[in-house]
Amino acid sequence: MSVQTNPPSPAPVTLPQSQKRDRPDLFKNTMRLPIILWQGLFFVAPLSFLVAMSFFIVRNYRMTEAFEMKNWLKMLSRDYFWDSYLLTIGLASLATVVVMVVAFPAAYMLAFRLSETARRWIVFLLIIPFFTSYLVRIFSWYVILAESGVINAMLGYIGLGPFVMLNTKFGTIVGYMTLTLPLVIILQTFSLANIDKSLVEAAHNLGCRPWRTIYRVVLPLAKTGFIIAAVFCFILSFGDFVSPYYLGGSKPPTLPILIVDTVKSGQQWPRAAVVAVVMMVTLFIVAFGGIAAAYRRRHA
Amino acid sequence: MTSDRRLQLFLFGYLLLVLAFIFAPIIFSIIFSFNSDRFPTIPLGSFTLKWYVTVWQDPDVWDAARTSVIVSCSVAVLATFLGFATAYTDYRYRFRFKPVYLALILLPPTIPLIIMALAMLAWFAKIGIAGQISSIIIAHTVLTAPFAMAIIRLRLNQMDPSLEGAAWNLGANQWRALRQVIIPFCRPAIISSFCLTAAVSFDEFAIAWFISGLNKTIPVIILEIVTGNIDPQVNAIGSFVFLTSITLVVIAQVVLMTRQKKEKAYHG
Repeated sequence: MSVQTNPPSPAPVTLPQSQKRDRPDLFKNTMRLPIILWQGLFFVAPLSFLVAMSFFIVRNYRMTEAFEMKNWLKMLSRDYFWDSYLLTIGLASLATVVVMVVAFPAAYMLAFRLSETARRWIVFLLIIPFFTSYLVRIFSWYVILAESGVINAMLGYIGLGPFVMLNTKFGTIVGYMTLTLPLVIILQTFSLANIDKSLVEAAHNLGCRPWRTIYRVVLPLAKTGFIIAAVFCFILSFGDFVSPYYLGGSKPPTLPILIVDTVKSGQQWPRAAVVAVVMMVTLFIVAFGGIAAAYRRRHA
Repeated sequence: MTSDRRLQLFLFGYLLLVLAFIFAPIIFSIIFSFNSDRFPTIPLGSFTLKWYVTVWQDPDVWDAARTSVIVSCSVAVLATFLGFATAYTDYRYRFRFKPVYLALILLPPTIPLIIMALAMLAWFAKIGIAGQISSIIIAHTVLTAPFAMAIIRLRLNQMDPSLEGAAWNLGANQWRALRQVIIPFCRPAIISSFCLTAAVSFDEFAIAWFISGLNKTIPVIILEIVTGNIDPQVNAIGSFVFLTSITLVVIAQVVLMTRQKKEKAYHG
């Protein structure tokens, strides 16, 4: 790697001569190398090993290093695997659509119709959930949504219900929303707030109706940020095992639950690795598709 | 403009509803932690502290709390150091493989936790450090270093780029300039980074659950209780975790905000 010092100031800056000569690299390398070593050893290596492990075999309850297609053939030929795969993709896509739609009016309000101070406070409120235990929140939903839980008790007063909400797709989506809604609102708000407001006003002054303004002016301008928000929403929902397990009833299991079950109930790590690799490939396709769509030139 | 006024009201109500949805599980969890019923519903039972007492008397919870504190403090130090060094490198140097370099630190949050958990579990078993407190620390550092890097990088953006050069011209070597100019300038970001990385580590359960072995952290204990049955202890522990994390986040936020306000006032 060739390295040049990035001139930090317009004025000519000279490093002390002595320093340039003896051990010119110590300072630079102290700053640059730790992360390379650390992520190499504890991020790149584990993920590479995961891919390799999908070709290992398990014999007599012991994992042996090998290069065989057995796990792949076994997993990919099973119907339950494909059921789980389609279910996971379906649920994550549904969550993405629901969350993006639910978040939009809130983000619109935050970006265009509130004062700077109010916006900052509400964004701060939206950050709080990231630092509360997701598990506890899901457990809380479990109690709230139960057949004798808070919601059904309240509905009971007005003579409705009880509705079964646990162990349904509805429950899973509520869980996914708990995980992703705050993040998506924040990302949507930022991309809306960055829009040049004069363009929106111009559309308005030229007689463009509000809905049409949103569809033809606001959304195209905020496209990149919105696609990033949607991709994050999909990634988070796709990889979550807590909501589909506790609120969705896990029948059939989603891919993350399949990984948990395979690892926790036995020594079949290589099969879990196959599931994990399939998940990663899927997410890469979604992420790159999203990025390509986000940066594609708009046709005039 | 009555229709606009109506729209404003509608949007305001909508925003409140969304916030209610987001905060409902947090608020109910705190309410339920003081509620006597094993399966809480409306109308609420009587006020009680018994779940807190149960938790307080449980030695497993104390062990887990100790592990969690050790882990999150170590993670805060390591991740902040790595994040600072990387942010500084990105700020000061240009080199050919910089996008790869940045991807290396920024990618971990985009990989689902369950996949990271499986990969770490297998890799740590392979290199012989599975099931130790240090393995949780390592895994959480990988996960949180990007946040530390982002916070400190944003702070470096606000620095007058000639400050460091001035220090060099006045005869300070690079180490001294780093110690006496860069680090003091970044101090609020460094403190925020400590708090936020500690808070993220304190809450993380998927990786910790896979690799912790016998050294369970608080979220792992919660996960195990939840898997068993309905037990309002979870709400008591959860409220405690909530309080800890929020304290850290508020400290981080206040440190950053007051510093920025001071500087704004100073620059007129």
